[in-house]
Amino acid sequence: MLKFVLKGILRDRSRSLFPIIVVSLIVALVIFNRGFLVGTMNGMFRDTAVISSGHVKIMTHAYQEESQLLPNDLALMNVDEIVEILHVVYPDYFWSPKISFAGLLDLPDEHGETKSQGPVMVYGIDFLSSESRQFELWELEKRIVSGQMIQNPNDALVGAKLAEKLGLSLGDRVTYIGTTMNNAFATFNFTVVGTFNLGMGPLDKQMMLVDIEGARVALDMEDAASEILGFKHDLYYDDDASVMMRNQFNATHLDTTDIFRSSMIALRDANQMGTMIDLVDWSVFIILGIFLLIAMIVLWNMGIMSGLRRYGEMGIRLAMGETKGQVYRSLILESVIIGTIGTIIGTLIGLPLTYYVQEVGIDYSAAFENLNTTTMIMSTVFYTQVTPDLYYIGIIPGVLATVFGTMLAGRAIYKREMAQLFKELET
Amino acid sequence: MSNNSVVNITNLLKQFPVGGDYFTALSDINLNLENAEFMGLVGPSGSGKTTLLNIIGGLDSPTKGNVNVLGMELGSSSHNERANLRKTKMGFIFQSYNLLPVYTVFENVELPLILNKVETQERNRLVTQAVDWVGLSDKIDSRPAQLSGGECQRTAIARAIVHKPTLILADEPTANLDAENSHHIMNIMVRLNKELDTSFIFATHDEKIMAYLRRIIHLEDGQIVKDEHFDNPKSGKN
Repeated sequence: MLKFVLKGILRDRSRSLFPIIVVSLIVALVIFNRGFLVGTMNGMFRDTAVISSGHVKIMTHAYQEESQLLPNDLALMNVDEIVEILHVVYPDYFWSPKISFAGLLDLPDEHGETKSQGPVMVYGIDFLSSESRQFELWELEKRIVSGQMIQNPNDALVGAKLAEKLGLSLGDRVTYIGTTMNNAFATFNFTVVGTFNLGMGPLDKQMMLVDIEGARVALDMEDAASEILGFKHDLYYDDDASVMMRNQFNATHLDTTDIFRSSMIALRDANQMGTMIDLVDWSVFIILGIFLLIAMIVLWNMGIMSGLRRYGEMGIRLAMGETKGQVYRSLILESVIIGTIGTIIGTLIGLPLTYYVQEVGIDYSAAFENLNTTTMIMSTVFYTQVTPDLYYIGIIPGVLATVFGTMLAGRAIYKREMAQLFKELET
Repeated sequence: MSNNSVVNITNLLKQFPVGGDYFTALSDINLNLENAEFMGLVGPSGSGKTTLLNIIGGLDSPTKGNVNVLGMELGSSSHNERANLRKTKMGFIFQSYNLLPVYTVFENVELPLILNKVETQERNRLVTQAVDWVGLSDKIDSRPAQLSGGECQRTAIARAIVHKPTLILADEPTANLDAENSHHIMNIMVRLNKELDTSFIFATHDEKIMAYLRRIIHLEDGQIVKDEHFDNPKSGKN
């Protein structure tokens, strides 16, 4: 009988091709949609973590209070020792000091006079120590537009848009003009070795990356850092673990009379990210839920229509001596076959598509061209993310909804008198 | 009720609920059909012939009375028992053929044998034989859409007889056919009746069919008004 049913499915396009196409498309859309939502949100967390907050970060309590002003006079001291302790106490994380500072960037001409000048936001990152994973975190290999990586403490990578605005070329020596951590006047020369495009809109227009050792010399911050950023080794943000770690750390640093006591915050504490994380969790849940519901209603209806269309066939099969249960079960078997094939095809379409966008991304930079704020770190290239649940999430709309629809339509077999089915058979 | 009885109906009443009331489709029906009979239920539309055919086929249940078909009391039997009776001992022929459009002639005829779990080799033999019986051997791989009306009805007959049923129920089998095809179909059924001893019950108001019947039960307003027997119907002359 199974062979007989399969023959029917294969030959009747309205029973096979159309439903399989619909199931496949919906499953592929569900997978891509989920991958897109999760990828976009995680990408935003990751960018925020890399550039601003880490999964957790440590600074002085005073610096935390004034952090919008980048008050390096309140920076952490004895950073090497703190990092060593952190490595021991929290082995699941790696720790990286960072100095954030702002000022003017000056490009001199051949006579030493200002050729061009503009505001700059500089991050001194630990690029050059042997255990550093910062090149990997910043994904500089794919984000460098021209030139090369930082190889010396005085090297600088400049945002491509900033370089274009100031007319910078590779090899140019540029002068940072600002203040040291002691609020003294500071000038320091960096050599432009490359330009980059982070794909983060406004940030690209003002950003310069240097090694932390260069920054320390420039700002007179020996063994000091604005913040120490902590990242989980697998780079996935675990909100619960970070919050627990933050609570434990701060519980051991309770001396409220010491404004330089270390203080830890989690990613959710930075830039109102907590609200964002909660919002994102609910948004993903609601958007995906609504999408799944719509997909299920469509497939459910398809199952019902497919069942209704075949009342005649059911009638003839009942006349030949099949029981209502046998007819019902064969309809369900058919919908399981259709749903499974559609789910497999949909997954085979949806997963590679999601993977492709995960690797290549969708560039929205034109839409962010006029955005000038730097308080919100938002990538202008959206990436999807292939997560383990994408391998099986298609079963919900693909198989379950299709089968439920057929089961509902098939209930009519039980509710109707057989003679009634026959009347429908004859019409 | 004799040992040779295929259908035995006593005091049958069939009512359908209509609004808050009941519509009486059949009343006081008493009928006995012997083996190998070639009988027709004849009457105008609404006289109850299709309802009676459905009750004999176990597709509908009586409101009152006893209906015994091929030794099974239908009123007290379960749905599955009636389905099994249809599967093994009955065949159905419909006015609109009701072939499954995606299957070939061979596969449509094969379906009752699949349901009866007949082995593949035996199935092939019986299907080939049935299709040969109705003269459709050259169309065995065709689908219903490629057949004429007469050929579709012959396929339906092959499907009804392939598992050698004791009783065949035919509801207006020639209503959609022209005169030539109607006679062709009826001749096939007369031959089946004679050679296989298969009993036939027709529901019809087609004069062409009536000419072949050896017994005609006239129905009017849900009651039997006449029961006629013919020793030499048209079929006998052929």
